[in-house]
Amino acid sequence: MDRRDFLKHMGGAAVATSVVLSACKNNNDESPIIAKNVVDGQGEMTYRTNPNTGDRVSLLGYGMMRLPIENGSDMRKDPNARVDQEMVNEEVDYALEHGVNYFDTAPVYTRGYSETATGIALSRHPRNSYYIATKLSNFSPTTWTLEASQAMFENSLKQLQTDYVDYLLLHSIGGSSKELSSHEMFNARFIDNGLLDWLVEQKKAGRIRNLGFSFHGDPKLFDTVMQWHDEGKYHWDFVQIQMNYVDWSFAEIDGEGVNSSYLYEELHRRGIPVVIMEPLLGGRLAKQPDYIVKQMKERELETPVARWAFRYAGTPEGILTVLSGMTYMEHLVQNVETYSPLRPITPEEDEFLMRVAEQFIKLKTVPCTACNYCMPCPYGLNIPAVFAYYNECVTQGKMPTGNREAQAFREARKRFLIGYDRNIPALRQASHCIGCNQCTDHCPQEINIPEELHRIDDYVEQLKLQ
Amino acid sequence: MLRKIRICLQVVMMTLVTLLLLGIGFRVHLWAGWVAKIQFLPALLAVTGGMVFVLILLTFIFGRIYCSVICPLGIMQDFFSWLGGKAKKNRFSYAKEKVWLRYGFLAVFIIAMIFGFAPLTTLFEPYSAYGRIVNSLFKPLYDLLNNWLAGMDAANDRYNFTEVQIWTRSVTTFVVAILTLVILAFLAWRKGRLYCNTICPVGTTLGLCSRNSLFRVRFDKDKCKSCGMCEKNCKAQAIDFKEGIVDYSRCVVCGDCLDKCKFDALHYTAKKPVKESKPVDTERRAFLVGAAVAGTTAALAQTEMKVDGGLAVIEDKKAPKRQTLITPPGSVSARHMQKHCTACQLCVSNCPNNVLRPATDLMHFMQPTMSFERGYCRPECTRCSEVCPTGAIKPISREEKTDIHVGHAVWIKENCVVLTDGVSCGNCARHCPTGAIQMIDYEGPNGTVQVPAVDENKCIGCGACENLCPARPFSAIYVEGNEMHHIS
Repeated sequence: MDRRDFLKHMGGAAVATSVVLSACKNNNDESPIIAKNVVDGQGEMTYRTNPNTGDRVSLLGYGMMRLPIENGSDMRKDPNARVDQEMVNEEVDYALEHGVNYFDTAPVYTRGYSETATGIALSRHPRNSYYIATKLSNFSPTTWTLEASQAMFENSLKQLQTDYVDYLLLHSIGGSSKELSSHEMFNARFIDNGLLDWLVEQKKAGRIRNLGFSFHGDPKLFDTVMQWHDEGKYHWDFVQIQMNYVDWSFAEIDGEGVNSSYLYEELHRRGIPVVIMEPLLGGRLAKQPDYIVKQMKERELETPVARWAFRYAGTPEGILTVLSGMTYMEHLVQNVETYSPLRPITPEEDEFLMRVAEQFIKLKTVPCTACNYCMPCPYGLNIPAVFAYYNECVTQGKMPTGNREAQAFREARKRFLIGYDRNIPALRQASHCIGCNQCTDHCPQEINIPEELHRIDDYVEQLKLQ
Repeated sequence: MLRKIRICLQVVMMTLVTLLLLGIGFRVHLWAGWVAKIQFLPALLAVTGGMVFVLILLTFIFGRIYCSVICPLGIMQDFFSWLGGKAKKNRFSYAKEKVWLRYGFLAVFIIAMIFGFAPLTTLFEPYSAYGRIVNSLFKPLYDLLNNWLAGMDAANDRYNFTEVQIWTRSVTTFVVAILTLVILAFLAWRKGRLYCNTICPVGTTLGLCSRNSLFRVRFDKDKCKSCGMCEKNCKAQAIDFKEGIVDYSRCVVCGDCLDKCKFDALHYTAKKPVKESKPVDTERRAFLVGAAVAGTTAALAQTEMKVDGGLAVIEDKKAPKRQTLITPPGSVSARHMQKHCTACQLCVSNCPNNVLRPATDLMHFMQPTMSFERGYCRPECTRCSEVCPTGAIKPISREEKTDIHVGHAVWIKENCVVLTDGVSCGNCARHCPTGAIQMIDYEGPNGTVQVPAVDENKCIGCGACENLCPARPFSAIYVEGNEMHHIS
């Protein structure tokens, strides 16, 4: 696709100075880079201004999807686990104190507790000291009527203990199912029932300050709603997209998926502020294989691996905020450092990250970001945990390889199989996937979940037989 | 000296047998498996004639040392008897041999064996009785320890211990094990080796051989001061010091009397006796040899998505009612199992997939049977056939296993999620190791769906389909046992 290829190169140089990338294409021939010591976090948080409302939004946005759970347990594994409100309060306090002022939640997050927890933590601070983003989620068709949607919105306000939302998103448009195309699903959810028009009214009434959408999936729908914007049918105050140094040029595989370079450029040329999600691909860009970690550390000895991804996501012009689902205080502290202030990615570093991305996609991991939209699986599987375990073994080089009779192979095999049982109870492993396909429609990454699970199950079975 | 050697051997043997029966893994069955295979009745049933011959020869030479240092149930009773001795010293006195009970019961036992009446044979086989105690009572405790160690391992990224499921495989067997332990502990506490010398069929059989053993405990009349300490400390109640006689059919050569005698009047020697206490009853001997031969003959014989995250609750599977019991590959048939198995639970303890458990029906009482609620008979595993000491489960290779059809899968339409939940499935077909299941178009109430069809010729009854079927609590496909395993 010519336009995309062109934009890929243009977008890659989206630093304010817009240095043309080809100028530094030959840096491979230069002498090797010696590791530097770089210290971040010595100044103030970087802010971006929303052209619609003049909001000064912190470049780091707090994603409230991966909240800490009581007793350090994992909500995905323990059905009785509850959100650790004390920890949430502490983290929100720290974030506000260090200039973070954008908090992104949704009615469906963290088994429905995210809005409540966010509301409790934020209501302890003046309402004008932060911006709240929440969504109209679209999971169960029973919530698709106008009345149910209005109730969902009113409940969000109640849970968040406020009478207005700063940023309201149509949740995850662009998805499709076996029955409905992306356009049909979008129309059924937001248009035919008059919901979008109602939201526009709410915006006029001041109950919504910015109206936008988050996007995953079919670029044709994206083009349609952009056209509406151009025609003045609906005005998008902001749009939330998935962007990181892998998805920039490698999200589109065999005509499926869409590169974030395309989405970004379409939004940027219209002057629509962009909110970034999945800057770390659900943490996967923080867990790189040793050889990639080495390349990063050879450049900057003490820079955390994740920081490269955050710097990358925050660099382009027009990015309003970069969301990070920070479970632990250490993640928050590190991310605050990264953006206080932002050290933009240089064109040369951009080249480097593209080379990293090329190596990363060769790993053949499952592109799961552990968003848990697929859960709960009606047949009891823990889908994200299976993918996470598999991905970890792939990226950490823990897969048994080489001669099957060799001691090293047998040892790695034993570790892989025991580790599998330790991480996922037998009844929730891939072997129990019946391929009912109920999960696939929910996956924003458009992973063919049953196919991947069956592939992993076959692999495990082969290992067991050896 | 004799006593000390005996105790040392007892500790070694008890440790090995218990480790083996606990099924602790670590390839214990490879280096300690022999301790189960030298047990008398298992060896007899396994038709390892050589081993039975060695044991009998051993008894003809040394007396019933088998009962002292090989039989784990005997060693266990010695332990309780020793505890009883701590409470009350010098508590034994000579008791007459209960001839009718002893030999009468042996006869009943042999008849039960010939006819394969499992409840009787399994209940009174001493090694197996101990096996059940270990499996039912000690294994859960060991498993708790194991899981604690596994937790430590997991926390430290080590891979020595892996977590296991702790579950009662059969309540009946559990109760039998508790009763066995309580009754034997009580008897041993009060009356020493009473059980071994009245009920135990192995004890009675070996008693016949030991009556005239080469080595035996002999009185030196000249030195004896008739203090009676030997009799008071004989846990077999086999010494009559006044008459100066020892009932060699009941003496288990423990050596306690030798230690207790302050006058060096007792010796364990092979010296020809000067005077025998009783003339040999040749007729009786003939009968008993016949009985032993008879024994050998017997031996030949869904949730709606409203919010993200969370886990669906998984209902436990329940075992279906099977018309025919499934017995593990290598056991030939339920009938072969019935005749050869002494229900020692060694295979049950060692089954890594939680498939084997003791049967509860009378004719296969406590003998292993298969069910697939917790796992299935994995194609790469032949553990039960490796550990079985009696030949009830004959040794098989992995390759042979894939040709043994222990049962056949049956589809239960009413439970199949394809019809009940209206989803596509095929998990049974996907996991069948022999490719015996195909998904076939079927006219359901809501249009054409794909349901499993079993090729009976290919199905080996491993239970993968039953175990991995999403229908709960009862699977939509289950294995029905084959009366006799088919070999392809």
